Amino acid sequence: MTTPLLSLQGLTKAYPGVVANDQVSFDIGEGEVHALLGENGAGKSTLVKMIYGLVKPDSGTMLLRGQPFAPPEPRAARGDGIAMVFQHFSLFDALNVAENIALGMENPPPMGDLASRIREVSETYGLPLDPYRTVGDLSAGERQRVEIIRCLLQDPKLLIMDEPTSVLTPQEVEILFETLNKLRSEGTSILYISHKLEEIRTLCDHATILRLGKNVGECVPSETSARDMAEMMVGSTLQTPERSGREFGKVALDVSGLSVPSPSEFGTALRNVHLTVREGEVLGIGGVAGNGQDELLGILSGEILTTADAVKFNGQAIGNLGPTPRRKLGVLTAPEERLGHAAAPNMSLTENALLTGSVREGLESNGFLKWAETKSFAEKIIEIFDVRTPGPENAARSLSGGNLQKFVIGREVLQNPAVLVVNQPTWGVDAAAAAAIRQAILDLAAKGTAVVCISQDLDELMEISDSFAALNEGRLSAPRPTTGLTVDEIGLMMGGAHGMEVAHV
Amino acid sequence: MIVLEKRPQPSKVWSYATPLVAVLATMFFGGVLFAILGKNPVEAIGTIFWEPLFGEFSFYYRPQLLVKGAPLVLIAIGLSLGFRAGIWNIGAEGQYIMGAIFGAGAGLAFYPLEGWYIFPIMVLAGAFGGWLWAMIPAFLKVRFGTNEILVSLMLVYVAEQMLASVSLGLLKNPEGFGFPGSRNLQSYESAHNAELIAGSGMHWGVVAAFIAVIFAYVLLNRHMLGFHIRLTGEAPRAAKFAGVNPARLILFCLGLAGALAGLAGMFEVSGPAGVVSIDFNVGYGFTAIIVAFLGRLHPVGILLAGFLMALTYIGGEIAQSQLGLPAAAIQVFQGMLLFFLLAFDLLTNFRIRAARNEVA
Repeated sequence: MTTPLLSLQGLTKAYPGVVANDQVSFDIGEGEVHALLGENGAGKSTLVKMIYGLVKPDSGTMLLRGQPFAPPEPRAARGDGIAMVFQHFSLFDALNVAENIALGMENPPPMGDLASRIREVSETYGLPLDPYRTVGDLSAGERQRVEIIRCLLQDPKLLIMDEPTSVLTPQEVEILFETLNKLRSEGTSILYISHKLEEIRTLCDHATILRLGKNVGECVPSETSARDMAEMMVGSTLQTPERSGREFGKVALDVSGLSVPSPSEFGTALRNVHLTVREGEVLGIGGVAGNGQDELLGILSGEILTTADAVKFNGQAIGNLGPTPRRKLGVLTAPEERLGHAAAPNMSLTENALLTGSVREGLESNGFLKWAETKSFAEKIIEIFDVRTPGPENAARSLSGGNLQKFVIGREVLQNPAVLVVNQPTWGVDAAAAAAIRQAILDLAAKGTAVVCISQDLDELMEISDSFAALNEGRLSAPRPTTGLTVDEIGLMMGGAHGMEVAHV
Repeated sequence: MIVLEKRPQPSKVWSYATPLVAVLATMFFGGVLFAILGKNPVEAIGTIFWEPLFGEFSFYYRPQLLVKGAPLVLIAIGLSLGFRAGIWNIGAEGQYIMGAIFGAGAGLAFYPLEGWYIFPIMVLAGAFGGWLWAMIPAFLKVRFGTNEILVSLMLVYVAEQMLASVSLGLLKNPEGFGFPGSRNLQSYESAHNAELIAGSGMHWGVVAAFIAVIFAYVLLNRHMLGFHIRLTGEAPRAAKFAGVNPARLILFCLGLAGALAGLAGMFEVSGPAGVVSIDFNVGYGFTAIIVAFLGRLHPVGILLAGFLMALTYIGGEIAQSQLGLPAAAIQVFQGMLLFFLLAFDLLTNFRIRAARNEVA
């Protein structure tokens, strides 16, 4: 066998209280698409940050083409032909594509030359992109193209991609895979990080599976079943949520003709949104983040006020009511951003239980707080939702993402909502916690709650929702029953491939 | 090399220990400063901290602690509520001056009438004056999104000009032989904020300061409004999600801070100072910012910090007269206190660790 492009040997990195990577070793061959598979928190990100020079390993070595490799900073890693596309983009909204790319270069060429090179690369790899468009106006998929092209301009030997498909529509995923296959055929190696098994089975030559920081197995994805890989990844068998046949009651939540400008300059305005949810129904709203999801949640939670008639609960106009009166009525929400929006990071779980629970749980009288009752409410959430923490006096930020998410969802579920709106309920949550959260949502619906679940995870929406609608550039498609929907249909509801018309000409 | 490492949650021990460590560090580096100035550092520090409490003339200085500490505590309590919510009122000095002008003005309007109701009216007028002055930055922030730091600070200088104007004009003592300054409220019985127990230093302003401490404690720990104040400071988006109306909170926090600063000014002018004059204000409104932070924005902490600060004021004056230390050196000393407090505060949320050897 020839020398692998990059060889990792016994990489270890510990953070206070957690070993992120423990003696991880594997090889990436030339022109290989290598998958790094694992749940959230398995240590995938830490591992690639070491390769990219963002984090220094505590021990272990790396060999690049047989030569010792220890990049002290990302610039050195880039110099050695390693490029990375991050899950979260680092682009300036107010600048155009070419300017953004120039900012990341050591010696940017004149803008005109750069623009023509961007055009050239984008055409070669089927990623059309106008170098003069303002990034703030681009969709998430197009922003990712900016990041990819930024990497390709460096002519990388190894391209690292961190969860690249989480922001893409199914059609866009297909286009991305074509690009990656083309790169592979030209001899570029790709380290592909994901927890989506089907993708990895289609795309990757080889997979390394991480669990709790350890390399727990390798496989050839095309010859391994998704279920086997999932069990290697999770370490146990998975339970799929159960849904029983449900009868829908009367319409509980009714949004009609809603058009709202976004509060932030580069947010998405909602345009003529209609939706109704009946008691006991789960409405899944799919779509790539940044297409109006945050704004829709804000409108349903009462953080963004509209005309009274635009939002109705059991026939009552509530569009102009703030969060507190809505909670009184039973309209509860759980935002996407756990730290800073759904919960205050430095405050204790008891205080965070008070944050939304004060009205319905009777945790105040005449404005005075009942700390004892609040504490028992927090303890109840912790117990019923299996939140792993030493106790309710701990700060929200000390919890892992999955545990905090269980707390945030549990806090709303236990208040017996008449309407529950959740945004990305299982984002960044491990598989076991995600299954528990989905089950809790289904149980709630079975008791007659009308649920709106906004999510980017299509598998999740197919699993729990009765009807499906897609949010695309602030417009909501007409909801359709979930049964019988195909992936292609969903993709088209999500707007197909954003800005890809050029590619098909 | 040493690195800072974020703690998973704030350290309880350090949040109580930092003020003490900061005081000790200030004593040490203050001593170094005094030594450089050619004074005996041990004697200077001793004079500042020991003399007012246990020295030969402590019978005179101890009541002064209450007199100087009370306005600091009263103002700092009001400021701390805003600071907790991320509302930065830097203009308490101006609100303090306006409280004094309104309070004294209300009292002098009745002169020479005597009556039990005059002093309560002055209290209300003082609080109103401070509130009004704080409402200017509050309203501009809510309505136009202006920065309350700049507006409240600049209004201090406007208030100082107002003070000069009324001392020379509107409130000038008609029997003052042309000297600037108002009638002395100490000699107008109904308007005099006298000591409640002679020789104790205890006047109504001290009582008000203690009440404010208790009020703030209950508000922050037992009341929804206090919870919303803390929540807004910790996570503004979460506060909005919880149903907090940011505009209302800004009006409340700035208004209350203004009213308390106004009260402090009113109690000062009708008691220890006695006269509205151009040199009436001595920077309590600015020092109170230090007090608020030194007390960790906690009501009881502010109470202790207020009296510690009063101690350095009085001790500093003694050191000036006995040892000939320059006034600026005392101000540097007080500044050091805030500096070290903020610096050591880092340890509440971070720990220092020696970085391990880097792997090649």
